Amino acid sequence: MSGVRVLVGTRKGAFVLTSDGKRERWDVSGPHFGGWEIYHVKGSSVDPNRLYASQSSAWFGQMIQRSNDAGKTWEPVGNKFVYDGVPGTHQWYDGTPHPWEFKRVWHLEPSLSDPDTVYAGVEDAALFCSTDGGQTWEELSGLRGHGSGARWQPGAGGMGLHTIVLDPSNPERIFIAISAAGVFRSDDGGKTWRPMNRGLRSEHIPDPNAEVGHCVHRIAMHASRPSVLFMQKHWDVMRSDDAGESWQEVSGNLPTDFGFPIDVHAHEPETIYVVPIKSDAEHYPPDGKLRVYRSRTGGNEWEPLTKGLPQSDCYVNVLRDAMAVDTLDSCGVYFGTTGGQVYASADAGDNWSPIVRDLPAVLSVEVQTLP
Amino acid sequence: MIRVALPTHLRTLAQVQGEVKLNVEGRATQRSVLDALEAKYPMLRGTIRDHVTQKRRPFLRFFACEQDLSHELPDAPLPDEVASGSEPYLVVGAVAGG
Repeated sequence: MSGVRVLVGTRKGAFVLTSDGKRERWDVSGPHFGGWEIYHVKGSSVDPNRLYASQSSAWFGQMIQRSNDAGKTWEPVGNKFVYDGVPGTHQWYDGTPHPWEFKRVWHLEPSLSDPDTVYAGVEDAALFCSTDGGQTWEELSGLRGHGSGARWQPGAGGMGLHTIVLDPSNPERIFIAISAAGVFRSDDGGKTWRPMNRGLRSEHIPDPNAEVGHCVHRIAMHASRPSVLFMQKHWDVMRSDDAGESWQEVSGNLPTDFGFPIDVHAHEPETIYVVPIKSDAEHYPPDGKLRVYRSRTGGNEWEPLTKGLPQSDCYVNVLRDAMAVDTLDSCGVYFGTTGGQVYASADAGDNWSPIVRDLPAVLSVEVQTLP
Repeated sequence: MIRVALPTHLRTLAQVQGEVKLNVEGRATQRSVLDALEAKYPMLRGTIRDHVTQKRRPFLRFFACEQDLSHELPDAPLPDEVASGSEPYLVVGAVAGG
C-alpha cells in the first residue's frame, strides 16, 4: 500500500512522520540529532531510502548526516565547506563590504538521477555539490563569482542560498535563489550563471528594479512544466512563464502578499499554495488566523483554506522551506510552523489536521511518496 | 594516556560515553591532543577547530587543572597533570543559548 514519509527539520532536531496512503494515522520518529538545528532533511527521488540532513549548531558548526535506511540510522559525512579561491566580499547590512564566511547549510537538494550527487545551498550564499554521497564538497563557484556577488546583501535571517530547483527535463539547468540577491539560473550544470530577476520590484532597496538585491523567499516549479516558476518574494507573489527570464506579479486578492513558502499541487500545475504573513515587521498571520491560500489559476485569484486551521489567536510563522506536497492521487499538502505544529491536508488543502502539535520550531518540511 | 572530556553533543556525535582516552605521540600540547582526537574520531573534524584555520570555534573553551587554556598557543605544553593523565583536558561549550 502506498504511503508518505514527512521529513521535518526543527530548531532542536529532526523528526520523521510516516503514514499510509490515507494519511490519517501517523507514526512519529525522533528527535534525531536532538538539540541541534536541522535546517533541512531531504530524500533522493532515485533511492527513497537515501536521506540527507543538514545539522548545525552555533557551538559546533556544520554536520551533514546521511541515512541509507530511510532515517532509521544515520552516519555523519563530510562537513568541510570551503569557498573556492579567495572568497572576497559581499555587502553587509549597512552596505559596507563584508568577507564571505561559511555559517551553515540551509538546503540540500539531491540529484534527480544519482543518489550520491547532492547540492547544498549555504550561508553565506554559495552553492556546493557532492558527487560521493556527501563525503566531500566542492563549490560551484561560477555563481558567487559571476560578477554581482559583491552587491549581494543578507536578508534578516542571513545571506542564505535557500532554494535549489533542478529542471527534470534538462539536467544542465539549475535555478537557485538567495536572500537578498534574487534568482539565478545555470544552463550548463552550474558552471556559469545569470541573474533572473527582470520584473521583480522591491521598494526597500535603493533601485527597486535592480538586477540583483531582491529578497526572494522561495521559488517552486511543477515537474511537468519546468519553464513556469512561481515565487514568494519578501513582498509579492510572482510567476514566470519563460524559465525566469521575466516575472509578473500574481498577488491578486491575497490579504497580504508577504510570506515565505510557495508550492505547486502535484497534479495541477496551475494550482499553487502560499501562507500570507502580515508583514516583514510582524511575521505572523493577519488577524491571528492561520490561512493557506490556494490559487487554481496560477495566481491572481486566491481562496483561503481554513478548515482545521486555527482561526483565532494564532501568531506562528511558516518558514520558506516548511511546505511540501506529496504525489498521491489526492494531493497531500503539508506545512510546519514556528509553533511546532505540522499540519497535513490529504485533499489538496480543503481540510487540515495537525500530525503533531508540539515539536520545536519547524524549519523545514519535505515529503516522500512511497510505493 | 591523555583524558579528554567532551561536551554532550560531541560525545553523542562521536558515539562515546564518558571521557575519551588518547595516546599522544611526543609532547602533549593542545594541537597534538586535538589532532589525536580528530584522528580517532574523524566526525569531530570541524566541530572544535575550524577546518582551514585550525582556530578554536568561538563558542568553545579549553580548560585543564582549573586553568583557562583557550587563549594559549596551540603548541604550548599542556600541564604535567594532563600529560600524565591524572587530570582531564576539558572541551567546554559556552553556557549560552536556548
